[in-house]
Amino acid sequence: MGNLRSVENVLKRLGAEFCVTADADVVRAADRVLLPGVGNAAEAMENLHKAGLVDVIRSLRQPVLGICVGMQVMCRHSEEGDVDCLNIFDTHVKRFVPTADLKVPHMGWNKIGNLESKLFKGIEGGSYVYFVHSFYPELCPDTIATATHGKMFSAAL
Amino acid sequence: MVAKRIIPCLDVKDGRTVKGVNFVDLRDVGDAVELGQFYAKGGADELVYLDISATREGRNTFTRLVERISDGINIPFTVGGGISSLDDASRLLDAGADKISINSAAIANPSLIDSIAARYGSQFVVVAIDARQMEDGIWRATTHGGSRPSDKELFSWAREAQERGAGEILFTSMNHDGTRQGYPCDTFAQLADTITIPIIASGGAGSVEDIAEVLTVGRADAALAASIFHFGEITVAQLKKELRERNIDVRL
Repeated sequence: MGNLRSVENVLKRLGAEFCVTADADVVRAADRVLLPGVGNAAEAMENLHKAGLVDVIRSLRQPVLGICVGMQVMCRHSEEGDVDCLNIFDTHVKRFVPTADLKVPHMGWNKIGNLESKLFKGIEGGSYVYFVHSFYPELCPDTIATATHGKMFSAAL
Repeated sequence: MVAKRIIPCLDVKDGRTVKGVNFVDLRDVGDAVELGQFYAKGGADELVYLDISATREGRNTFTRLVERISDGINIPFTVGGGISSLDDASRLLDAGADKISINSAAIANPSLIDSIAARYGSQFVVVAIDARQMEDGIWRATTHGGSRPSDKELFSWAREAQERGAGEILFTSMNHDGTRQGYPCDTFAQLADTITIPIIASGGAGSVEDIAEVLTVGRADAALAASIFHFGEITVAQLKKELRERNIDVRL
């Protein structure tokens, strides 16, 4: 799923050793796993089911980072296609409801705050990051960064 | 709050950016990657690269350029020009484009919006509308650089594009484009009342005041400009600083 190239570019820039795979054995054997994603949560879940990766990802004990839809499918359920997800984070993914002042998709640079993870080492609260999404995970005990678009939501879990 | 965006637009022909002055610090103003990096460093929020090549060979050159842009630039970028099929969109996504912009092809075949959005998500699809206000007062979407009026009316077409899955509308008034007299802010505000997806204002910026007005009175979410940046009249950084002084939320 999604635009792998920008993730690949960053990994190349960082000099990381990586491969792109949908093979369960390769995923299990990896030191770290990235789950990128662009598009649609229901479609992403369908692809994970087809590739036989749902239980594999749920069983991983090494660090796993979900990005964008990859993060959303790590939640319990998504309103996008009304789909049950990986249920790693006990929270629900909802759609922003547009109003006169609230554009959907939430698109552009917005500030993140309440940073509560060493993932954000070197990044200060109030930093701008680029958001492009219509769905968001609700706040929950696993929230490690927040942003506000109409209401406060989990920018990272 | 999500900040208002400032988006320089670069025209590319046969792999080279066209028009623009030679900025200090820039070795090659025709190099799309180097010029993009220059704008990114100056605080541009996104970039738009528009392929104006007329030949197949030029288009292939553009695809290879998009790969280089993706490798060399760390802000989101949109590519447009000559995209008329899902395959074209796929090729540019694979090359690393964050978004694609479609215009004439969407008017000729509106379901193209549905198919690209269904495959890659709405965030990937910008629908560009070049509209001209006709003598009867109706804003009509045009194709082929504004020369051919279509049967689409601006507001209903924008709404249709949104319903089909567009993630943003890039609206250019062909009455104002190139005049440097400012934007039709009432029309932009009416468009903001019509749709709920973000609106990028293009065509007509001659001053900081024009851009400030379209972002406030016109309620646009982003402003796209070419000449005022390319000819070095104002830098992106200076523009954003002046917008901030007018209490407009921009990323500094």
